[in-house]
Amino acid sequence: MLKTFPKGGVHPAEGKYSAGSAIEALPLPKIVSIPIAQHIGAPSKPIVAKGDKIKVGDKIAESAGFVSANIHSSVSGTVVKIDNVLDSSGYKRPCVIIDVEGDEWNEGIDKSSLIKKEISLTDKEIINKINESGIVGLGGATFPSHVKLSVPDGKKIDVLIINGVECEPYLTSDHRLMLEKAEEMLIGIQILMKALSVNIALIGVENNKPDAISHLQNVVKEYPGIEVHALKVQYPQGGEKQLIKALINREVPSGALPLDVGAVVHNVGTAFAVYEAVQKNKPLFERVVTLTGESVKKPSNFMVRIGAPVTDLVEAAGGLPEDTGKIINGGPMMGKAVNSLEVPVVKGTSGILIMPAEESKRKKESNCIRCAKCVSVCPQGLEPFLLNKLAQLEINDKLETGGVMDCIECGSCAYTCPAGLPLLDYIRLGKSRVSQIIRLRKQ
Amino acid sequence: MSTTILFTIISLSAIGAIAAIILYFVAQKFKVYEDPRIDQVEEILPAANCGGCGYPGCRGFAEAMVKADDLSPFYCPVGGNETMAQAAEILGKAVEAKDPLVAVVRCSGSPNHRPRVNEYDGASSCTISSSLYSGETGCQYGCLGLGDCVDVCDFDAIYMDQETGLPVVIDDNCTACGACVKVCPNDIIELRKKNKKDRKIFVSCVNMDKGGIAKKACEVACIGCKACVKVCAYDAITVENFLAYIDPNKCKLCRKCVEVCPTNAILEINFPPRKVKLETEKATKAEPAKTETK
Amino acid sequence: MNKTITISPSPHVYEDTTAKRLMFDVVIAMLPVLAFSIYFFGMGAIIVTLTAVVSCLAFEWLIQKFLLKQEPTISDGSALVTGILLAFNVPANLPIGIIIIGSLVAIGVGKMSFGGLGNNPFNPALVGRVFLLISFPVQMTSWSMPTGFSNSYTDAITGATPLGVMKEGIGAGESVSAIMDKIPSHMELFYGHMGGSMGEIAALAIMIGFAYLLIRKVITWHIPVSIIATITIFTGILWLANPEANADPLFHLLTGGVMLGAVFMATDYVTSPMSVKGMWIFGIGIGVITVLIRVYGSYPEGVSFAILIMNAFVPLINSYIKPKRFGELRND
Repeated sequence: MLKTFPKGGVHPAEGKYSAGSAIEALPLPKIVSIPIAQHIGAPSKPIVAKGDKIKVGDKIAESAGFVSANIHSSVSGTVVKIDNVLDSSGYKRPCVIIDVEGDEWNEGIDKSSLIKKEISLTDKEIINKINESGIVGLGGATFPSHVKLSVPDGKKIDVLIINGVECEPYLTSDHRLMLEKAEEMLIGIQILMKALSVNIALIGVENNKPDAISHLQNVVKEYPGIEVHALKVQYPQGGEKQLIKALINREVPSGALPLDVGAVVHNVGTAFAVYEAVQKNKPLFERVVTLTGESVKKPSNFMVRIGAPVTDLVEAAGGLPEDTGKIINGGPMMGKAVNSLEVPVVKGTSGILIMPAEESKRKKESNCIRCAKCVSVCPQGLEPFLLNKLAQLEINDKLETGGVMDCIECGSCAYTCPAGLPLLDYIRLGKSRVSQIIRLRKQ
Repeated sequence: MSTTILFTIISLSAIGAIAAIILYFVAQKFKVYEDPRIDQVEEILPAANCGGCGYPGCRGFAEAMVKADDLSPFYCPVGGNETMAQAAEILGKAVEAKDPLVAVVRCSGSPNHRPRVNEYDGASSCTISSSLYSGETGCQYGCLGLGDCVDVCDFDAIYMDQETGLPVVIDDNCTACGACVKVCPNDIIELRKKNKKDRKIFVSCVNMDKGGIAKKACEVACIGCKACVKVCAYDAITVENFLAYIDPNKCKLCRKCVEVCPTNAILEINFPPRKVKLETEKATKAEPAKTETK
Repeated sequence: MNKTITISPSPHVYEDTTAKRLMFDVVIAMLPVLAFSIYFFGMGAIIVTLTAVVSCLAFEWLIQKFLLKQEPTISDGSALVTGILLAFNVPANLPIGIIIIGSLVAIGVGKMSFGGLGNNPFNPALVGRVFLLISFPVQMTSWSMPTGFSNSYTDAITGATPLGVMKEGIGAGESVSAIMDKIPSHMELFYGHMGGSMGEIAALAIMIGFAYLLIRKVITWHIPVSIIATITIFTGILWLANPEANADPLFHLLTGGVMLGAVFMATDYVTSPMSVKGMWIFGIGIGVITVLIRVYGSYPEGVSFAILIMNAFVPLINSYIKPKRFGELRND
C-alpha cells in the first residue's frame, strides 16, 4: 500500500507526453524581458539603467525586504530599457529588457560540470548565499527560499521534505531533473539539511515516475539521512500540507505553517538551484521548463534562461499547433492562462501547456444537484458548493467560519463538478475578500 | 357537552390572561429606551437600504444622524436634498444642500473601436476576470463588460448595451448611491454633477497608457494630447498620466473640447444638435448610440 | 497570431462526468428492476411506466416553457428518473388518469415549485406517491398479483402485499408463524414473486442496480447500508424478543419498499445530506421511522413517509454536520 494523503483528491488524466525527452538547452534568445516581480513578496528594485553592459549572472535587481529576492541577468548584453511588459500575471508590469550580445558569464561562476560534493560553507553562510542568489520556490509558488530556511526562534525543525511529486498533469520538468541531475539535487538537499540542521530528508515521488524513483533509490545510498518514498498518484499531493500528511502523517493546523509541525518543504528544482548557487556560485537565472500539449509536435523539456519569451520555446518544440485554444503557464490544474505568447519565462514557470481549442472551453453550467462530489474531493475537508454560494452572496463572516482561508486553490472541486460550476472562481474571490477583512482587522 | 365548552372557554381565557400578565412585566423589565426621532427620521428615508450613505441600511443611517451633532458628513443620495432637509427639520439641525450626482460610465470601447484579442471563459464577473488578467482587449484600463455594475444596482438604473457591450446608465433611475462605482474593478464609473436636462460632457476613457499604445488598443481612447486643455476657457481640464479629466464643477458645458478631440474620447450627451452642419456629423459619428439614448 | 485564445481561471481540465450522465446512469441502474416488474406484472407495468415518464417529461417542459419562461432542461434526465421512480412506487394496475395527476404533483409541486432541479427539499417521486396514496387510497392499495402477461391491465387480479397480510394478521391476533404460511417464501420474496408496487418487489434486481451505481461511483454505499443495517438491527431486536408477535428482519428487508427506497430514493442527491456523517444520521433516521410505522403505525408500510420526513431534516443535518477539516484543531 503506497502512502498518500487521506482526504479528498482527484486523478486527472496524466498526459505526461514529455516524460521521455531529455532536458535540452534552449538556444539563446535575442532579447529578454526579466520582470522585477517574479516571487511572492515585495518586487525587487532594479539597479541597472539603460545602456548598462552586463554579463550573465550579474545582479540586475535587488531584494526589497526580507520576503523578496534578488534578480540576476540571464544573458550578457545591453540594457535596452526598463518598461512595462505583459507578463504571465496578465498585466503589464515593469521588466528589465536586455538585448543579448554573446554569452559572457560573470567570472565568479564555476561553469564546469564537475560535481562538487564537499560543503564548505556554514549554515548561516548557506542561507546568505541562497538569499544572495535569488532562489525562490521553483515548484510554482515562488516563495523566497531563504525565508523558509530562517527558522524563527523557538521552532524546531526535525525533517526536511523534498517535493518531487509533480502531481500536476502534463508537467515533467521535475521528473527529468530527478533523472538527469539526481547527484546534484541530492547534494543540494544535503546543503539544505545543513542549513536547517536536520538529519532526515524525505523525498516524495509519485508512483507514475518509476524510473525516477529507482534511479534516485540507487544514487541515494551514498547520502545518509535521505530517503526516497514512492507515493500513490493523487492530485494535489504536491500541496505542502498534503505532502507532509502523506509522508510523515503530521497535520499542519489550519492557518499554521509547515514549520509548526517541525517540517520544511522544498521542491526538487529548488534543491538543484541551491546546489548550483552554493557549490558553483551560480545565481538562479535559468530553469527547466516543460513545453507540452496534446498537439505539440515535439513535447520537450528545456533549460531556459529567465526572461526568454515563450515563443522561443514554442518554436523549438515544433511551432504553435494549428488548433491552439489556450496557453497555460503551469499545469492544467493550477496554471494560469496567458493572453500572449510574448510573455517571458519567469522563475515560477515550471511548464507551458498548449491546449487544443476544443478542450479550452469550459463545460456548460447547469444547476447544482447537490451531489456532494466537491465535498468528497476537497483535500482540505471544506464544502466548496457552500463557499461558492456564500462568496457569490458576499456573506463574508460565514465564508470565514466556513474555512475559506484553508482553501489551497487546487481546483479539485471545479474539476469534478458534474454541473460545471465555476466553484473555484468564486471561492478565490471570496478568499481574497476575507483575507482583506482579516488584514484590516489586524491593523 | 355544554360543560366541556364552558371548561374550554374558561381555561383558555385563564391561560391567556396569565400569559398577558407575564408578557406585560417582561416587557416592562426589558424595555430599552430609544430616541423616538430615530423612527421619525427613518420614516422619511427612502427605505431603499442601498448603503449609498455608508451606513448599514436606512435605520442605521437614521440612528447615526440622530446621534451626530453636525449633519454635514451625512447625505442620502437616494432621497437627495429634500429628504435631508426634512431630516434636518426633525432633528432641529442645519444641513447644506448638495449638488445631485449621477453615475457616468467612462469607457466607449465597443468592439468596433477596441478589437478583442482573446476570449474570457470564466465566471461572469468583472472582479474575477480582473484578478486573472487585463481583459479581452488590448486596453487594460477599460470596461470588462461582464456587468458587475448591473448586478449590484438596486434601482435598475444601469443595463448592458448588447451592441456596444458597455453599461449604460439610465439617468432618471440613478440615485448616485455609488454601488457601481465601488464594485467596478477598473474604476470606470464616476459620480458627476447632474446638469440641467441631464446634459453631460466628460472624457469617456480611463486609459493611462501613452498616446500611441492607448490608440493602438482602442480607437476612441484619450491619448493625452492636451488639445482640449488648450481650448478650454475655464481651466476645467487637466491631463495626468496621458489622461484628460474634466472637472464637473468648473465645466460650463461649452462643448469646445468635444470638437477638438482627435479621437472623439470626449462625449457630449443630451445636447441639442449643433447649428453648424459639419460638426453635427462629427458629434453623431462619435457615439451615435449614446447621443440617441435620451 | 490570428486566432483568439481563451483565458479562464484554473483549473483548465474537467472530469467528463456531467449531471446528465449521472442521471442516465441511474436510469440504467433501474432497468433490471423495470425488467422484473414487466416480467411479473405484464402489460400493466409497461403502461404505467410509459405514462409516468411521458407525463413527467411533459409537465416539466410545459412548466419551464410557459410558467417559468426558462429554457427547458428536460434533456438532463432528472424528470425521466422521477417518472420511472414514480411508476416504481405505484401498483401496476393504477388507472392512467391517476398516474398523470401523480406526475403533476411530483413535478409541479415536488420539484418545479421550489425552483427546479437542485432546489427541491423533498424527493419529487415520493411527493407524488404520497399524494396519491392519501388521495386515492383504494386504487393505490389494490395491488395486482405477479401473474405476468396473463394479467390484464384494466381488470387485474389483485390482492394484499405480504406486509399487508402480516399487519392484518398480527392485528387479528394470529401468530407470525401462522401468517408466514399464507405468504410467499423468503426466496420468492427475494426475486420478487409477490404483490406490491411495481418497482419494490424484486430485491435481486435492485441489488444489481445498486452494484452498478457503486461501480460507476454515482452514489456511495453509506445511505443504503445505514438504512438496511438500522432496519435489520431494530426488527432483529423485536423479533428476538418475541418471535411470535414480530416478523423476522429478513422479511422486513425483502418486503415493501425498503430496498427500493434505500437504493434509489433515499440516495437522491438533491434531498440527501452532503457529508458522510450526515448520511449515516439520515439513513438511521429512515430505518427507525420505517420500522416504527410498520410495527406500531396504522399503515403496513412506511418507507416513503420515512424518507420524506428525513428529507425535511436534511437542511438541518447539512448545517450542523460538517465534514472534518484538514488541520482542524481537535480541542474546539
